[in-house]
Amino acid sequence: MNEHYETVIGLEVHVQLTTRTKIFCGCSTEFGRTPNSQTCPVCLGLPGALPVLNRKAVEFAIRTGLATNCRIAPRSIFARKNYFYPDLPKGYQISQFELPVCEHGWLDIDLEDGGVKRIGITRAHMEEDAGKLIHGETPETAGSSLVDLNRACTPLLEIVSEPDMRSADQAIAYLKKLHQIVVYLGVCDGNLEEGSFRCDANVSVRPHGQKAFGTRAELKNINSFRFIKQAIEYEVERQIDLIESGGKVIQETRLFDSNTGMTRSMRGKEEAHDYRYFPDPDLVPLVISQEWIAEVRATLPELPEAKRRRFVEGLGLSTYDAEVLAADRKLADYFDACVTLAKDAKSCANWVMGEVLRKLKETDTAITSAPVTPEMLSGLLARIADETISGKIAKTVFEQMWQNGEPADRIIEAQGLKQVTDTGEIEGLVDQVIAAHPEQVSEYLSGKDKLIGFFVGKVMQASQGKANPGMVNQLLKKKLHG
Amino acid sequence: MTIYDLTLAELRDLLDRRELSAVEVTTAYLERIAETNPKLNSFITVCAETAKAEAEAADRAMAAGETKPLTGLPIAAKDIFNTAGVLTTCGSRILGNYTSPYDATAIARIKAQKAVIVGKLNMDEFAMGSSNENSAFGAVRNPWELSHVPGGSSGGSAACVAASQAAAALGTDTGGSIRQPAAYCSVVGLKPTYGRVSRFGVVAYASSLDQVGPITRDVRDCALMLQAIAGYDPADSTSVDTPAPDYQTGLTRDLKGLRIGLPQEYFIDGLDDDVRRAVEQATTTCRNLGAEIIDVSLPHTTYAVACYYLIATAEASSNLARYDGVRYGLRADQAANLIDMYMQSRAAGFGPEVKRRIMLGTYALSSGYYDAYYLKAQKVRTLIRQDFLDAFEKVDVLLTPVAPTPAFALGEKVNDPLQMYLSDIYTIPVNLAGTCAMSLPCGFSADGLPIGLQLIGKPFDEAAILSTAYAFEQATTWHQRKPQL
Ligand SMILES: [Zn+2]
Repeated sequence: MNEHYETVIGLEVHVQLTTRTKIFCGCSTEFGRTPNSQTCPVCLGLPGALPVLNRKAVEFAIRTGLATNCRIAPRSIFARKNYFYPDLPKGYQISQFELPVCEHGWLDIDLEDGGVKRIGITRAHMEEDAGKLIHGETPETAGSSLVDLNRACTPLLEIVSEPDMRSADQAIAYLKKLHQIVVYLGVCDGNLEEGSFRCDANVSVRPHGQKAFGTRAELKNINSFRFIKQAIEYEVERQIDLIESGGKVIQETRLFDSNTGMTRSMRGKEEAHDYRYFPDPDLVPLVISQEWIAEVRATLPELPEAKRRRFVEGLGLSTYDAEVLAADRKLADYFDACVTLAKDAKSCANWVMGEVLRKLKETDTAITSAPVTPEMLSGLLARIADETISGKIAKTVFEQMWQNGEPADRIIEAQGLKQVTDTGEIEGLVDQVIAAHPEQVSEYLSGKDKLIGFFVGKVMQASQGKANPGMVNQLLKKKLHG
Repeated sequence: MTIYDLTLAELRDLLDRRELSAVEVTTAYLERIAETNPKLNSFITVCAETAKAEAEAADRAMAAGETKPLTGLPIAAKDIFNTAGVLTTCGSRILGNYTSPYDATAIARIKAQKAVIVGKLNMDEFAMGSSNENSAFGAVRNPWELSHVPGGSSGGSAACVAASQAAAALGTDTGGSIRQPAAYCSVVGLKPTYGRVSRFGVVAYASSLDQVGPITRDVRDCALMLQAIAGYDPADSTSVDTPAPDYQTGLTRDLKGLRIGLPQEYFIDGLDDDVRRAVEQATTTCRNLGAEIIDVSLPHTTYAVACYYLIATAEASSNLARYDGVRYGLRADQAANLIDMYMQSRAAGFGPEVKRRIMLGTYALSSGYYDAYYLKAQKVRTLIRQDFLDAFEKVDVLLTPVAPTPAFALGEKVNDPLQMYLSDIYTIPVNLAGTCAMSLPCGFSADGLPIGLQLIGKPFDEAAILSTAYAFEQATTWHQRKPQL
C-alpha cells in the first residue's frame, strides 16, 4: 500500500430483522421454504393489496437504534423507491428516505494499537427486502429466470455509517462490532452467507493531508468478513494505481468477485437510477412515543462491552477470558448461569472455556443445545469444591455427562468414583506402599524430599485415583517421619 | 310493479314480506342486463352463474332468519374491485385476463351480508378518465342519450344503476369519478371522507385520493350502502378508526337552521346556463326548506386541477409500475430481453390516457423537478384543504354544481385532454381536501340531459350531507324520472 494515500471507508449494512412475519404482511419469514410458498397478495404486489406495518419490526429497529447510540425519530416516513426489476413485485421498494427511524448514532471500535475510535452512524432506516431470482438451474428452466418471492417484504434495517474508517481493518472492526450487537439484541441471526447481514462499502482514497474526499466506488456483493477486507484492499490499490498512472477514479458501483478477489464495474454514475422517492401514500407516518422508546430501552440486554467490563471488574476474570466469554450472547448467558449456581467464577470460566467449548466444537453443537446444562455443570463443580471428586476424575465425569445427559452425582455414585476420604482406608494403602518400597523410604529420610511425589503417585494408583490427594500427602508425611 | 325499477329499500321490504325471493329478484335483473347491456356496454363481466348461487344462498339465509340489510339484493361493482375467482380488469388490456384470488374489503363486507353480486362494471382504464371512453372494453353509453357519455371513471356503475341493471353499484372516486357520472346519469353517488371506507383490494390509481363509495337510485339506498361498507379495516393503514354512525336514522333531520354555503369560486364563467339555473333552483328549494344560505370563499380553487394532475399522476406512475408482465397480466411474448419485455408489455397493455398520466407523474417525481412539481402540489393541497376547513367554520354543508356542463357527446373531448380534465373542476377539490361529498339529481337541461347537485360535508360528516340530500329529494321528483331504453 502506498503510504502517500489515505483510505476513506463508509459502510452500508443491511440487517435482516428476525421478526416471525414480514414487514408489511402476515407471511412467515422462514428461510429455505418451497419457492413462493410464503406469499400473499401484499408481498406478491397483486393489484389492490396494501401494506400494513409490522410493529415488531419497528421495535427491533428501535432496539438497534438505541444499542448504536442513535436518536430515535418521534416521527418517520416510509417512502417509495421506484425501479423496475423482476424480483421487486410492486415496481418500487418501500423504504425510508428523508425521515429515517434512527439517526446520529455511533460505535466505538478498538484499534490495533490499543486505542479506541468512534465511528459515526449517519442513519438507520427500515425497508422491505426484494425477492430472489434463480437463473435456469435445471434442464427444464435453462435459459429462463425464475422468481421466488418468499424473501420479498422481509424486514431490513439499513445502517449507514459516516465515512470514518481509514483502513480495511477498521472497517472489519466496525462490522464485527455491529454484527455482535445485532445478534446480541436478537434482532438478526447474523448469517452472512444467507444474506441476513449484508454489507456494501463506499471506498475512496486521497493524498494525506487533503481535506476533500476522493471519488468513491461502491462495492457490492460481499458476503463474508474476509471478502470485505479483500474487496476493500483490492479496491484501494486499484484506485491508487489508477491515480498514480494519471487516471481518474470514477463514481460507480463495483461488484466484488470472490473467485478472483477483484472488483469490477457494474454501473456508472450516468447509469444511476433516478429512484423518484416520494412518501408512500399507503402508509401513515410512523409515530414512536417516548414511552415506547423507554419500554424498549428497559428490555435491552446487557451489550458485549458492558458484559466484558463486568466479567473483568465484577468477577475478576482476565481480559482474554472476558473477551471470549462475552463474544457470544448465548455463551455468556451459559457462563452467567453457571456462575449464579456455582459461585466460583474463575473455575466456571475455566470449565466453560475449556471442556465445554472443546466439546461444542468437537460435536458441532450450539451452546443452547449442549447436553450439559449450566445446572449440570455447576453440580459437577460442586463435587470438586466439596472434594467428592478430584479435578482429574471430574473430566471423566464431564465426558459421561455429555454423552448420557446424566447429572454428575448419579455418575459418581453409579461408578463409585467418589473420592476416598476415609482415614483408615487411606492409612492402609499408605502403609502398604511404605512397606513395599524400603529403599525409597531410606532415600527420602536421608533428605531426598522430592520422593514424596513418588509415594503419592503410588498411593493414588493403588486407590484407582479415588483417594483424596491432600489426605494422602498428609498421611504419608506423618508415617514417613514416623 | 317492475322488479328492476325498485330501490334497495323497496326490494328489502318485499323480500322481508316473502312477496319476492332473492332468486326471483336476481333473475329479473339478469334478464334486464341481458336485454340492455348490448345498448349500454356497462358490464365487463356478468356473473350470471355465481349470482344465481348467491341468490339461492340468500334465500336460505332469509329462511333461517339471518337477514341482513343487503341480503338477497342485486349489486354490481366497478371492475376496479378485486373479486375472488372473477375477472378483475380495471378496464385495462394489461389486466384483461386477470382473475383475482381475493376479495376487496368492500366486496367482502357486502358478501358478508349475502348481497348478490351480479357483475363487474365498465370503467375508464385504471379509473383515469371522465367519460368512460378510456376503457379497453369499449365506451359506455349514457342511458338518457345513447350518443352521450355516462361520465367517468365509474361510468359503467352510474349507467348500470340509471338503467336498472342492478339495484345499486359500488364505484370509486379519485377526482369525481363517482359524482360526475352520477350527475350525468341522474342517480345518487357518494364519495365518503378519505379513510371512511377501506381501499384494500381496490386497484390503486392515486392512493392518497382514491375512495370507495356507492351509486344508488335514491338517498336512502345510498345511506344503506354506505352503512354496509364504512368502517375501520386493519388491512388499510389509511382507513380511520372512527365508528360510523347510523346513517338511516340520521336521514330524517329537517333543514331548519342548517347553514349551507355557496362557494363563489364555483359559480363562474364556463358554467353552463342550464346547470346554473338548476343549481340555483336547488338552492331556493333548500332555503324554502328552512336552510340558511351563506356565500363562502374557497380561494385556492383555481389551483385544484393543476394540483390534482400532479399528485394523482405522480402516485399513479408508481402504483402502475407493478404491471410489468412478470407475475400476472399481459406479457409480450416476443421480447428480446427483460427491458424489451417490460416495454412491449406496457406499450401493448396500457391505453393512451394511462400512458400520458404515467409520463406526467414520472416527470413530476423526477430528481430536479420534484420540488417544483410534486412538493409544491402537496403544499397547494394543504391550502385547498384549509380552504374547506375555514369554510366549514361558517357553514355545515357546501352546495355546488357537480360538473360545469351536462353529459357531452361521445368523442367530443377525446382529443382534448385538458377540456376533459376541466369537467372535474368542482369535484377534484373535495378529493384533495379529503372530505366527503355527494351528487344527486337536481334537474335536466333543455336537451333532456340530467344535471347533478353536489353537497360537500365536513370530514367524516357524511350524515349531514345525506340528511340534506334526503330532505331535498323528498321535496323534488327528479330522482323518480327514468331513462327510456
Ligand atoms: Zn405476504
